[in-house]
Amino acid sequence: MKRKVKETIIKNVFLLIALVSIFILGLILVFLFLEGIPIFGVVSFKDFIFGCEWYPTYDPPSFGIWPLIVGSFIVTFCSSAIAIPLGILSAVYIAEIAPSFVKEIYKPVIELLAGLPSVVLGFFGMAVLAPWLQETFDIPTGLNIVNASFVLALMAVPTIASISEDALYSVPQEFKEASYALGATRFETITRVIVPAALSGISTAVILGMARAIGETMVVLMVAGGAAAIPESIFDSVRPMPASIAAEMGEAPFRSDHYHALFATGIVLFFLTLCFNLIADYVSHKFKETGSATL
Amino acid sequence: MKWRYFKQKAFFAVVRLAAFLIAAAIVLFLVYIFINGVGAISWEFLTEPPRDSMTKGGIMPAILGTFYLTAGAVIIALPLGVASAIYLSEYAKQGPIIRIIRVGVNCLAGVPSIVFGLFGLGLFVVFLQFGSSILSGALTLGVLILPTIIGASEEALKSVPQTFREASLGLGVSKWQTIIRIVVPNALPGILTGSILGVGRAAGETAPIMFTAAAFFTAKLPGSIFDEVMALPYHVYVLATAGTHIEETRPFQYGTVLVLVALVLGVDLIAIIIRSYMRKKKRW
Repeated sequence: MKRKVKETIIKNVFLLIALVSIFILGLILVFLFLEGIPIFGVVSFKDFIFGCEWYPTYDPPSFGIWPLIVGSFIVTFCSSAIAIPLGILSAVYIAEIAPSFVKEIYKPVIELLAGLPSVVLGFFGMAVLAPWLQETFDIPTGLNIVNASFVLALMAVPTIASISEDALYSVPQEFKEASYALGATRFETITRVIVPAALSGISTAVILGMARAIGETMVVLMVAGGAAAIPESIFDSVRPMPASIAAEMGEAPFRSDHYHALFATGIVLFFLTLCFNLIADYVSHKFKETGSATL
Repeated sequence: MKWRYFKQKAFFAVVRLAAFLIAAAIVLFLVYIFINGVGAISWEFLTEPPRDSMTKGGIMPAILGTFYLTAGAVIIALPLGVASAIYLSEYAKQGPIIRIIRVGVNCLAGVPSIVFGLFGLGLFVVFLQFGSSILSGALTLGVLILPTIIGASEEALKSVPQTFREASLGLGVSKWQTIIRIVVPNALPGILTGSILGVGRAAGETAPIMFTAAAFFTAKLPGSIFDEVMALPYHVYVLATAGTHIEETRPFQYGTVLVLVALVLGVDLIAIIIRSYMRKKKRW
């Protein structure tokens, strides 16, 4: 009897610790709101989101984060356009095409790319890519959407590649065998059988890769150029939300309107990435391949 | 018939090209950083504090600061992460609670690093009044790497065969003792790998420590956990973006980048090697 009580206590202690992650998520929300909400006494929610002027230090200041939101989305989509094909193709390479000794080397290389600190990639974009872009295309600054998208794509590729590869890998062997038995080539098997069967996992990979790009801070802070205006070409500078928060928080006076506005930007960013993650979670559970019986 | 095989060849060529491009980008990047950075590396660079507005001296305080922050983060996140993983893998039954916890962990993993920075600023620096300090930074980074450690530990615990547990329970050993004597020791290499990857992640993050711990320059080495510190990633950022000596400190920037990359990739490489070694040596 005593042993049973002890076991129950231990189990509940572990449950409590497991709930810490949820608790932290709640705390993040609480503190973002605590420090962010006061800005809505100064500017309405609608003007804050859709206002096209972000001049937090002017007199009178204006807090409209629409250019920042647009900036975030543009760099995310441009980098996805590069990272999605590269990521999925390299997942196909690892899962289906690469000889095993190449796979042994290639997979850790992708993992190393995932482990590179973002500040290092940002530095590379600044010190190497930017001057090169500037000279090659004869533009006023190399710190722009193109540069940021390239570097962000490098960060999103490992996420997309490794999750897609897991999905491709988990497609049952029988599918492949059945396809070959019908006389399909490897190419036909990959594009018509394996990739469609792994599509939910690949979609999850793409969404998580995009979430990574939209939340990434150091790269856009160092490389996107920092102009808080709606861009007209892909060679314009932008100021995505994370860059704005990181660049301005150090100078914003404590608990000023500017400080609160930056926290409110954090709220928007938080919910945006939360949406991406919940969609990814939903897709991966809803359309989970549970084996040959489900198709 | 020929057309079908031609399509296959073309497709494989595209796939190989994509894979090659990525590998080439990584290799070129690393070679470039190495060639430009290696000139700055010297005994003085690694062991001296910076002098003359960062144009002379070294980066020792930043290396030390990164070490403190990372160690602190792991000390905080490891017990919490492993215990959470034990619950998820050993105790929880399929149902709403485990589902909610899992979604929570996934969402926490997806929170942008700058939002962790805001959170650390709001909670640790301002509300709990730790100020900008090693403690605040380590707590923020600890929260950041928690999902990494939970994920890796859970996978490690799950890979311990069910028969091990059954054998132990069959001998009349209690569930708790089974976990602590049988399951965890067998999962230890996997847990270790996970925490090493957490170390790599924590050492390289910049945004979470910008407002919670990092200083551009500290005259003295930190004396307590309530002091600000210099940190390698933040050092790279400020040298590259702020100040009037950006061009003059270029060699120092490359040097610092090389040290940071070597540190982070070295740590990750250790984790990868341990993992593949364990997979080969597995007794079951």
